[in-house]
Amino acid sequence: MRLRPLAFLGALLLLWQIAVSRHPGHLLPGPLEVLRGIFELAQHGLLLKYIVASLFRVTWGFALAAVLAIPLGLLIGWYSRAEMAFNPLIQILRPISPLAWIPIAILWFGVGDLAAIFLIFLCCFFPLLLTAIQAVRSIPEVYVNAGRNFGLSPTAMVAHVLYPAVIPQLIIGLRITLGVAWLVVVAAEMIAVSSGLGFLIVDARNAGNRYDLVVAGMVMIGIIGWLLDIGMRSLERVKSFRWGYSED
Amino acid sequence: MLETKLSVEHVNMVFTRDAKSMPVLEEIDLDVRTGEFLCIVGPSGCGKSTLLNLMGGFLPPTSGSIRIDGEIVRGPDPRRIFVFQERGVFPWLTVEGNIGFGLFKLSRAERDRRIAHYIQMVGLKGFEQTYPNELSGGMKQRLEVARALAVDPDVLFLDEPFGALDSITRLTMRSELLRIWETERNTIIFVTHDIDEAVQLADRVAVMSNRPGRIQQIVDIDIPHPRDINSPRYLELRAGIYKQIGLAHQI
Repeated sequence: MRLRPLAFLGALLLLWQIAVSRHPGHLLPGPLEVLRGIFELAQHGLLLKYIVASLFRVTWGFALAAVLAIPLGLLIGWYSRAEMAFNPLIQILRPISPLAWIPIAILWFGVGDLAAIFLIFLCCFFPLLLTAIQAVRSIPEVYVNAGRNFGLSPTAMVAHVLYPAVIPQLIIGLRITLGVAWLVVVAAEMIAVSSGLGFLIVDARNAGNRYDLVVAGMVMIGIIGWLLDIGMRSLERVKSFRWGYSED
Repeated sequence: MLETKLSVEHVNMVFTRDAKSMPVLEEIDLDVRTGEFLCIVGPSGCGKSTLLNLMGGFLPPTSGSIRIDGEIVRGPDPRRIFVFQERGVFPWLTVEGNIGFGLFKLSRAERDRRIAHYIQMVGLKGFEQTYPNELSGGMKQRLEVARALAVDPDVLFLDEPFGALDSITRLTMRSELLRIWETERNTIIFVTHDIDEAVQLADRVAVMSNRPGRIQQIVDIDIPHPRDINSPRYLELRAGIYKQIGLAHQI
């Protein structure tokens, strides 16, 4: 069953190779060149180093955003006054592309990991904050009333009603946001640092138009992004979370 | 004369929406006796659910007071449990987890004992580890009743609990509720818009008027259980309530 999509992918790669060998030129390297490029990077120890560098920034930016945005969002969503107060600010900050923050990130943190992490943090923070606010607000009142009825203390209420009720929506939000973070890290690395997969792509072009390495970087970004999404999706299969995803 | 469990005294309720005030309940006076099964019936929108929410402590009345065991109700309390339609079960907990939800103060052994007892009582044996979205509507409703009974409440508030079930399941659920009530003897206050349901279940039926809701009449259902729903007395009581609500029993 899994064989057919793989066979199709193989056919596409073959087509790519044939097309490139028939029209030699510099528009696009062929798959074999790209594969050689990946091996070359691996031999120099750059592949693993750059992947780790990119993942390191995404992990920190994403984790910091999750740790701050989710509790804050849950609080804001729970107290409707807080939502009224914060909403205008959130709505204005949210549509600003994280890339627009690059000059300020460099001004505050210099060229380096911190600036990149800050950008990832920004691009994760607002979507997660909004997801958390929305998740609390959409908890059906019956669950909250049932919790109150059984005499739960405020902490027990958070642990046994609020948290489980918002988890499915939070997981969807985290999954989408991690995807965005992976998009943004590439852009951030093109400008703010000198390592990582994004840096690899600009560097390969600047240092002698090595488009095989450019595409190799792109392929690695695609594969890792896909693996990250698979990892997040596996959370949705946890049994006590799954109720939130079914139609019933 | 049995002692009074719950009393509603001169309760008025006014909702304010868009600066307009809308009276929902008007001068409600009602006494419920310990161990009684009281049904509140009325046309939809008459405020019967609001009245039940006031008794449950989820809303404060605009004026008047509600007392349980002589104490003014100031909020929800685990001694009196509100059963919503089957929507109230927690979808993230298994059958066992739901029934054990209110038992966090008990020892593990006692908790397990009660869970097993009430699973047996409502006929969910074999479904201990099942999540609610794999259960039918009737099973979810039984689960919610079991969750309520497990904390051993004095009073159960049921808000149209069988409203979302198909008519056959509804009939089974009624007789199961009666069976449970006859062993547990909690005070039950049961809101419904179904007059037959009220006459089949209740010791007394409080009939409410259109909004703003008032108690029009309290009817004693003086037929012993199990009730013959074709007996002349049953039909007479039922016809009386239909008439009171302003419905001829002919379509």
